[in-house]
Amino acid sequence: MKNILGRKVGMTSVFTDDGRYVPVTVIEAGPCTVVERRTKEKHGYDAVALAFGDVKKSRVTRALAGHYTKAGVDPRRWVREFREGIDGVEVGQTITAGEFVNGDRVDVVGISKGHGFAGGMKRHNFHGGGASHGSMIHRQPASNGDTNAGRTVKGSRRPGHFGVDRTTHQNLEIVRADGERNVLLIRGPIPGPKNALVVVKTSVKPNRQAASAEGR
Amino acid sequence: MNLIDVLNHEQQKESVPEFRSGDTIKVYSKVVEGGKERVQMFEGVVTVRKGGGSHEAVTVRRVAHGVGVEKTFLVHSPRVEKIEVGKRGIVRRSRLYYLAEKVGKAARIKEKKAVR
Repeated sequence: MKNILGRKVGMTSVFTDDGRYVPVTVIEAGPCTVVERRTKEKHGYDAVALAFGDVKKSRVTRALAGHYTKAGVDPRRWVREFREGIDGVEVGQTITAGEFVNGDRVDVVGISKGHGFAGGMKRHNFHGGGASHGSMIHRQPASNGDTNAGRTVKGSRRPGHFGVDRTTHQNLEIVRADGERNVLLIRGPIPGPKNALVVVKTSVKPNRQAASAEGR
Repeated sequence: MNLIDVLNHEQQKESVPEFRSGDTIKVYSKVVEGGKERVQMFEGVVTVRKGGGSHEAVTVRRVAHGVGVEKTFLVHSPRVEKIEVGKRGIVRRSRLYYLAEKVGKAARIKEKKAVR
């Protein structure tokens, strides 16, 4: 298990070594500083806290500043805790994108883009009604279910607030990991707007490719 | 330059010969056949040149055994080994989609003579 924090830069396409041209999301990942080690005895669980991103010292609250001083590191913009893959990680240590290698499978966590109050078509991929021939039901959600029930069933899909959710994309491929420039290129899109914080960690999905390669 | 511009710049080849729609070019591309890699040449008329930066693509058209064949190559792809420019053509549009409808003499393109 490997973890890192990063900033989504945007998307582009790159040529791979075997000549394919693949769409990638560029992440400025790390360097992350380890600012705290949580232990079972003291906190009730084992975890490490990673911090990432430049920040003005005056923008850091005194409470957080105290944490940074205790760890003896410079203040950072974001702090996140990780409970997996924390063996041998010490406070003060620096984690870079170089920990990952090309072809690694990762999960990426981000906060999805906000869409405001969105209708059923955008929010739940409803089909909507006919556009013409006097249908008069264009983008409406239409029926809401059984009239026998006589009420709206809880949890039914309606228009409402869409986006700004914690979203995980699983099992994405790292096309390129560049530790020197702190860059990760991940195949395909990832959740969230540009410049947002993203969390990259080794995928929880079993890596079928690697497993079958070992079996051979 | 921001990071994405830097990445795109790195993908690009240092030099690509100058050519435009109507020109006849030879594209040497690497192909994998039966586990072996070899270089294949495709010669024809440039009908479309589109996209910018590392995404730039060129469509080449030729008539092989009476059948029109069009191939699209990514100019900056490492699989495209080199591009040679032959005849320069005189055309009045940038995308020669009309060539597909023309057969024989009508599908010819006037050649631009080099001006000394």
